[in-house]
Amino acid sequence: MSERHSYLDAPHGLASWLLTKDHKRIAMLYLISITIFFAIGGLFALGIRLELMTPAGDLVSPDTYNKLFTLHGVIMIFFFLIPSIPATLGNFFIPIMCGTKDLAFPRINLLSWYLYVIGGTMGIAAVAFGGLDTGWTFYTPYSTQSSTTSVTIAAMAAFIAGFSSILTGFNFIVTIHRMRAPGLTWFRLPLFVWSHYATSLVMILGTPVIAITLVLVMAERTLGLPVFDPRVGGDPVLFQHLFWFYSHPAVYIMILPGMGVVSELVAAVSRKQIFGYAFVAFSSLAIAILGFLVWGHHLFVSSQSIYAGLVFSIISMLVAVPSAVKAFNWTATMYKGAITWESPTYWVIGFMGLFLIGGLTGLFLATMGLDIHLTDTYFVVAHFHYIMVGGAIMAFLGGVHFYWPKMTGKLYNEPLGKVSAVLVFVGFNMTFFPQFLLGYLGMPRRYHSYPPEFQVLNLASTGGATILGLGYGLCVVYLLYSLKWGKVAPANPWGAKGLEWERTQSPPTTFNFEEDPIIVTEPAYNYRPAGTVHHG
Amino acid sequence: MSNSHTHHIITPVGTYVAVFVGLLILTGATYVVATIDLGWLNTPVALAVALLKASLVVIYFMGVRYNTPLTKVVVVAGFFWLLIMFSLTMADYVSRPWIGVPGR
Amino acid sequence: MANGHESTMPGGHAATTHDAHTGQGHNVHGSHHPRLQHHFYNMDQQLEASTLGMWVFLVTEIMFFGGLFMAYIVYRYWYPDAWVSASNHLDVGLGALNTGVLIFSSLTMALAVRSAQVGSRMGQVVNLILTIMFGATFLVVKYFEYAAKFTTGKGHEDGTLIPGPTFSPSLPKAEQLFFALYFIMTGIHAAHMVVGIGIMLVILAMAWKGRFGPDYYGPVEVSGLYWHFVDIVWIFLFPLLYLLGAHFGGGH
Repeated sequence: MSERHSYLDAPHGLASWLLTKDHKRIAMLYLISITIFFAIGGLFALGIRLELMTPAGDLVSPDTYNKLFTLHGVIMIFFFLIPSIPATLGNFFIPIMCGTKDLAFPRINLLSWYLYVIGGTMGIAAVAFGGLDTGWTFYTPYSTQSSTTSVTIAAMAAFIAGFSSILTGFNFIVTIHRMRAPGLTWFRLPLFVWSHYATSLVMILGTPVIAITLVLVMAERTLGLPVFDPRVGGDPVLFQHLFWFYSHPAVYIMILPGMGVVSELVAAVSRKQIFGYAFVAFSSLAIAILGFLVWGHHLFVSSQSIYAGLVFSIISMLVAVPSAVKAFNWTATMYKGAITWESPTYWVIGFMGLFLIGGLTGLFLATMGLDIHLTDTYFVVAHFHYIMVGGAIMAFLGGVHFYWPKMTGKLYNEPLGKVSAVLVFVGFNMTFFPQFLLGYLGMPRRYHSYPPEFQVLNLASTGGATILGLGYGLCVVYLLYSLKWGKVAPANPWGAKGLEWERTQSPPTTFNFEEDPIIVTEPAYNYRPAGTVHHG
Repeated sequence: MSNSHTHHIITPVGTYVAVFVGLLILTGATYVVATIDLGWLNTPVALAVALLKASLVVIYFMGVRYNTPLTKVVVVAGFFWLLIMFSLTMADYVSRPWIGVPGR
Repeated sequence: MANGHESTMPGGHAATTHDAHTGQGHNVHGSHHPRLQHHFYNMDQQLEASTLGMWVFLVTEIMFFGGLFMAYIVYRYWYPDAWVSASNHLDVGLGALNTGVLIFSSLTMALAVRSAQVGSRMGQVVNLILTIMFGATFLVVKYFEYAAKFTTGKGHEDGTLIPGPTFSPSLPKAEQLFFALYFIMTGIHAAHMVVGIGIMLVILAMAWKGRFGPDYYGPVEVSGLYWHFVDIVWIFLFPLLYLLGAHFGGGH
C-alpha cells in the first residue's frame, strides 16, 4: 500500500475499522458488503437462467423456482441496489464535495452500516430457513395467509435494511444543507451532490411507508391481526398501494445516484462544463417529487379504478421528461468536448444507451392500454433490468472505475477496464434484449416453464448472462489485483475538476483536506475551453 | 466561540402554561362536540381541532416558530407528503364504483 | 465569503482561525466547547444540524404512522357503521385521561428544555422526572385498556375484542379490522413511548450530573422534539379511534 499517510493506513487494526467514524472507511466497508450481496443475488440469477434454458420445468421444482426469483429480487433490490452508490460513493465523496471533514452524524453513519449488515444477515437466515417464495413484492394474501416460507424473517430483514437507508439519507440531507464550506453555494455544488440530495429526499419520505407495510404483513402473519384479509373485509389491494407508494420511488433511489455519477463522468471525460447545469440539478428534484405520484401504474390490472389509473398513467409519462432533460444535457456536454477514451468513458456511454432504451420502454408500460397486455410479462422484466442493470449498475461500475484511484490510491489495468465495460455491455444486451421480444410475444414472468417456441430467445438470454457474469467477474479480478500490485495513483489521474480531485491526495487523509477551512470560489466543472487538456 | 447562542430566544414559562391550558380546553372541546350529532361535520371538526392542537405543540412546545425557514419547510413537507399518499390512494377507492368494477 | 449564499456558519464569522483541526482532529485550544464535535465549526452549527436532523427523522416517523392512518382511512370509508360501533367499545374516559396525561408531559418536557436553556439543574431534573412519570402513567392506563379487550365484556358478551378466532361472533366482521388497526396503531405508539422514556432516563442522568446548560442543551431539545412528536401522534389517534360518531359513552 501507499507509504503516504492516508485514511487507509492510520489508524491501524480491525477494531479501528469496525468502530470507525470516518465516512471514507464506512464507504469501503459498505463496498465490501454490497459486493458480497451482489454475488449472492447473482447466484440466484444464475439459477433462474439455467432453469430457463429449457422449456420444461426440469431443473428445479416450481416451489424452488419461486424462491429463486424471489430471493434474486429481494437481495438485489434491498441489499445491493438501494445502498449501492449512496452508501459507497456517496458516503465517500459527499463530505469532500461539500468541502467538509465528515458527514453531519458520523456515528449514525456507522450505525447505518451495522443495520445493513444485520439486515443482510437476517436475509441470509431467511434464505437458509425455508427461503422466500412470495416474489420480492410480498403480495397479500399469499404472503400473510398461505406462504409457508420465511416471510417474517425476510420482511424483518428488509425492514432493518430500510432503516439503514433512512439513516444514510438523513445524514446526507443535513450535511448538504448545513455543512457546505464557505463559498460553496448550491449552484457551485457538483451534480453528484444534487442527485444524492434528491435521492435522500426519496429515502426519507418513502422508506418509512414500506417499513410500516412490512410491519403490517408481519403482524397479520404472526399475530393474526387481519389488515389485508378479505375474509373480514380487508383489501389486498391496499397492501399494493402501500407497498408501491415506496417501491416506485425506490427505483428512483436506485437510478438518481447513478445519474449523478454520470454527470461527473461526462464532464470529466469531455473536459467540459455540464451543459444546462441548472436544468440537470432541478431535474433531479423533479424526478424525486414526480416519482411519488405514479405508483398506481403498478396497479393497472389489480382492480384499481380506471379513473385513478388515468391519473397515474399521465403522471408516469410526465416523469420521463426530467430524465430526458438529463439525457439531452449529457449528450450536449459531450458534443464538441475534448473526449478521451478512458475506461470511465466506455461505462458512461454504455449507460447512456442502455438507460435510453430502458426509459423509453417505460413509456410503453406507462400507457395503461398497452400495459394491460405487457404487465407480468418479460417485457416488464427487460424494462427494469435495462434501467437497473444497464443503467444503475453501469453507472455504479463507471463510478467505481473513475473514483478507484482516489479511494484506493492505486491504478487498475486501464485496457482491462475497457474490456470489462464492453463485455458487460454486450453480455447485458444479449441477456435482456431477447426478453423484450419474449414479453411482447406473451411469455409471462415468474414462470419456470414455457412453450417451446420461446426457447431460442431464452437460450440467447442465458448465453448473454454468462458473458455478463464474466464481465463483472473480470472487474473484481483486476480491481482487487490493483490493490496489491497496481501503480500508485496521482492525486488527479483524469485531470478532472472538483474538490475531490484538486484538493485531496489519493487516497485522502483522514480529515480529507490539507487546508482548513476550504474556501470555494469557482463554479463546478470549471474546465478550460474544450480542446485544452490539463493533467493534474 | 462556544457561546454563540445569541440568536436563541427562551420562551417564558407563562407561554408554555398558556399553551398547555389551551390544549386541555381543546381536548375538552373535542370530547363535547363528539357527543353532539352534527352529521357529516363531526369528522372534519374533530380533525380540525386535532390539527389545531398539533400546530400548537409544533409551534410553541417544539419551538418551530423560532427555527430556521428550512426547518419549517421540513415540517410542512412531511405532512404534505402524507396528504399525497392519502389523496391519490383515496382517488382509487372513491372512484372504483363509478364504473362498476367487480370487487367493490 | 461569497455574497448571497445560505450561511453555513450561523455565528456569522469567517473561520479564519487556524485551530488544531489539521490532521489530528483534537482541540488543543481551550476556546472550543468540550462537546463540540470535530467536523463542526461551532456549537451553533452543531445545534442547528442536530435540530434539522431530528426533524428530518420525525418526517420519517410521520410517514411511518401515515401508512397506518392510510389503512384506517380506507377501511373507515368502506365500513363507516362498523367503525362507529367498534369505537363504542373503547373507553373514552381512559382515552381522554391519557390525552391529558400526554399533554401535561409535553408541558413538563418543554419546561425541562427551558430549564437547560437557563441553566437550572433542578428545573431540568424535576421536569424530566415528571415527564417520565406521565409517560409511565400513560403506559399503565394503556395496559388496563388492553387487558379489558382480552375478556368478554359489555357489548361483546360472547367473545373478546381480539381479532381472530376469539373475536366476538355477534359483532360485524369489519370490526376486526378496526381492532387490528387499534392494536397496531396504539401498540406502535406505545412502543415509541417506551423508547421515549428510555431516552429521557438517559437525559435525566446526564442532567443530574449537570451536563447541560445555556451553552449546551442540544440533546435535551432534540429528545424533547421526539417526545412532543409522540404526543402529536396521540392527539390524532384519540379522536379517530375513541370519538367516532355522536353516540359513545357507556360502550366499554
